[in-house]
Amino acid sequence: MNMIVTPASSATPNGTTRPQVRIVIVGHVDHGKSTLVGRLLHETGSLPEGKLDMLKAVSARRGMPFEWSFLLDALQTERDQGITIDTTQIRFRTNSRDIVLIDAPGHAEFLRNMITGASQADGAVLIIDALEGVRDQTRRHGYLLHLLGVKQVAVVVNKMDRVDFSAARFKDISDEISAHLSGLGVTPTAVIPISARDGDGVAERTGRIGWYKGPTVVEALDRLEPARPLETLALRLPVQAIYKFDDRRIVAGRIESGSLLAGDEIVIMPAGKIARIKTVESWPVTLLAGRQGAGRSVGITLDRELFIERGDIIAHAGSAPRETRRLRARIFWLHDKPLAKGDQILVRSGPKESRATVVAIEKAVDPGELSSTENKAIARNHVGEIDISLSNPIATDPYTENPRTGRLVIEVAGRIAGGGLVLSVDAGQRAVPVDIVPVESALRPDERSARYRHNGAVVWLTGLPASGKSTLARALERRLFTNGGSPVLLDGDTLRAGLNSDLGFSAPDRSENIRRLAEVATHLARNGHIAIVAAVSPAREDRAAARRIADSAFREIHVATPADICEERDPKGHYKKARAGALASFTGIGNDYEAPQAAELVIDTSKRTVAEAADEIEQMLKASGVLFDEVVDLAANI
Amino acid sequence: MHLLKDDSAAVGVSSPALIERLGQQEFSADLAPSMDHLDQLEAQSIYIFREAFARLKKIALLWSLGKDSNVMIWLARKAFFGKMPFPALHVDTGKKFPEMYRFRDHYGKEWDLDLRVEPCPPIDAVDPTLPPAARSAARKTEGLKMALAKYGFDGLIAGIRRDEEATRAKERVFSPRGLEGNWDVRDQPPEFWDHFNASPPQGAHLRIHPILHWTEADIWAYTKRENIPIIPLYLAKNGKRYRSLGDQDITNPVASSASNIDEILIELEQTKVPERSGRALDHETEDAFERLRVAGYL
Repeated sequence: MNMIVTPASSATPNGTTRPQVRIVIVGHVDHGKSTLVGRLLHETGSLPEGKLDMLKAVSARRGMPFEWSFLLDALQTERDQGITIDTTQIRFRTNSRDIVLIDAPGHAEFLRNMITGASQADGAVLIIDALEGVRDQTRRHGYLLHLLGVKQVAVVVNKMDRVDFSAARFKDISDEISAHLSGLGVTPTAVIPISARDGDGVAERTGRIGWYKGPTVVEALDRLEPARPLETLALRLPVQAIYKFDDRRIVAGRIESGSLLAGDEIVIMPAGKIARIKTVESWPVTLLAGRQGAGRSVGITLDRELFIERGDIIAHAGSAPRETRRLRARIFWLHDKPLAKGDQILVRSGPKESRATVVAIEKAVDPGELSSTENKAIARNHVGEIDISLSNPIATDPYTENPRTGRLVIEVAGRIAGGGLVLSVDAGQRAVPVDIVPVESALRPDERSARYRHNGAVVWLTGLPASGKSTLARALERRLFTNGGSPVLLDGDTLRAGLNSDLGFSAPDRSENIRRLAEVATHLARNGHIAIVAAVSPAREDRAAARRIADSAFREIHVATPADICEERDPKGHYKKARAGALASFTGIGNDYEAPQAAELVIDTSKRTVAEAADEIEQMLKASGVLFDEVVDLAANI
Repeated sequence: MHLLKDDSAAVGVSSPALIERLGQQEFSADLAPSMDHLDQLEAQSIYIFREAFARLKKIALLWSLGKDSNVMIWLARKAFFGKMPFPALHVDTGKKFPEMYRFRDHYGKEWDLDLRVEPCPPIDAVDPTLPPAARSAARKTEGLKMALAKYGFDGLIAGIRRDEEATRAKERVFSPRGLEGNWDVRDQPPEFWDHFNASPPQGAHLRIHPILHWTEADIWAYTKRENIPIIPLYLAKNGKRYRSLGDQDITNPVASSASNIDEILIELEQTKVPERSGRALDHETEDAFERLRVAGYL
């Protein structure tokens, strides 16, 4: 039974697979897109039976001469206005290609529909009226094809019958558009003189265009290449969702590039967590053994329980995308209100979304104009380059490295308002606030210190897990409070449950975790409180950054309990889990804790009671001017 | 319209396509098996299903019992690894073929669906200025609105396809509906790179179209490949078969001798008769379908 539908039927003269190619026809309004489509359908024998007669009858009933474009203008509203308003998809065949033809409207009003259509295309036909020549929408569409990543562009110069099939006129237009397109890095695959209405150049080189030696439209379409698979690029699997419908915990998503196999070691960005793919799940077959490549929608399970969420990107270790809070993009804008510096937007990169601020706008131009004047904001249907500051870190690639993950869309008020390509990511940069004016406290620091009998400070307890940091911090907190002070405990784990819940345990996330702890603690210290921070904070560099933030208020205490005793205590069971391999990136059993070299105080809790250790801290705080000694003249501080 | 035969329906190793692919694999043993046309369609639909489930709060799949919605359920089970995690909604006109009700009752259980059957209002309650078949369809639209009000769905998954009908070709994958369930074809948001507008205004809903990019031939080739059950009315008996199934009184069979899916695929390869030619409502007036869709019909 299968043989009946094998591809080597008479309809496939080349005897091999018939590549499917999606094309879009774009160009200025009224330059003849719909007419060309109608003519193409007719020339390739693709019209449904009776359709032509039906439309001719409709035209007669309306008292209008028949036009080829009526074929597409199936909507009454369109016929009334005489313009195509949306993207339709029509299929036909050339000798060796199955063509899916996406018609896109030329009217500037409907650029969003042109983009919707063209974004799905492998190739494009740009149509130009021989009489009118290159117009603003011709240039705009050319520019958008470049932004949308459509590289195969055939140009047709239509309505040659209106210029008496003049070879000279054709050459003028051909030169002008070729120059415009090459300026954008697009080389036309052909420039073809046609009359869509009469059929010249569409499927046949008629005598009237006898001077033209290039391909016809049908031949040009036949040479288009289908989209290339992205399998040779690095693995990018953006996570769409985590499913727990049964005892499996399935991470679901579509492979945008590269490929994966059960057993692969992967890294989950932006957190940087490492895991191994345990299985590739599917239904009705339960497990897939083979390699899964770009384009597949898959579900995988991992060898360990990790916090993963929608929007994370799974990659192979060593070729992970960059995590960033700053990026530069070249975008097109479709919203009524121009995009300006300081605007709050929502950025979507695959399933990931993040609020963002437009930090800078550059090169805002109308791609339809011949000589572009630069603007401060990007108006509707214009393009520009913008710097974006993201409130959540995202993992992304420049589009030159990965055309799938290197693009983004922008939403305003829940509606897609623009989109574009990621030009560069600025991995080191922090989000830069725009126009922030901090409000000053109504109280002076000395008013507070007079009441609390201490100055503000950041007491930073660093040490291995289970070294006793939290116990000491709590004891110190109690003691300071009993003495009338205002201590605030900032425990690393507590903050990870809320403020820092978006962070994992990769080196960059740990740095960010420390940075936030330091910022919050410093704010408290500036307002006269003693912030007691208990955090493993293994990286010397991160603690140095914290000291820079808190400046002279910083007091570092190394809780230097020996590692073997910490592991023996293990109140949270972390060492046990880590030894069993179930806790990635755990500080303690590796050599990744960098002990301080110049801490204000070093305490080994295996050699002291909690009370003794608290005494020592109190002494240090007195000696370094945080706590006021009994003899201090309070009045002197007022 | 010329319908494409689907080469991916071929499974015999005699297929030149397959031989060509096997040949390519010798050069690159590390590459994953390449995806054929049906694989690509399937992956795209699964992506859409997962986006809908992730981004909307309360969705349902409109199960018309026809070939397209059965393929959709199959795709949903693939997307969610066996069980469809939202209800299957059948807006029942009460005028379907007995075979369709039997199919619903049997596979509703076998596929472990959360099946919700909702009735339509009496025909008297519907705009009498519409032609008869369109009025019948409008009744279904009313039934749908009642079901929407009852459950408060913010997303309805519908099995329409671009190749079915010119008006449907204008659709987006995520298509917002107004508060009255109406479709504003002039003001559709842009949709590109598989980014969908998933924020319906308060009280309104979205239609989600996971098989918008499929063709009738794709549906049959996939049904065959995956061995998805079908209602036997699609296969020819006494020289006639149904290409599209609606209400008994407004759906007519077409002349055909295709008694299995392979023969249907050959028939589709040769025919230039539109799929919905058996649907009375498409032919009543030039704009009946468009008027219905603007009002919220599928």
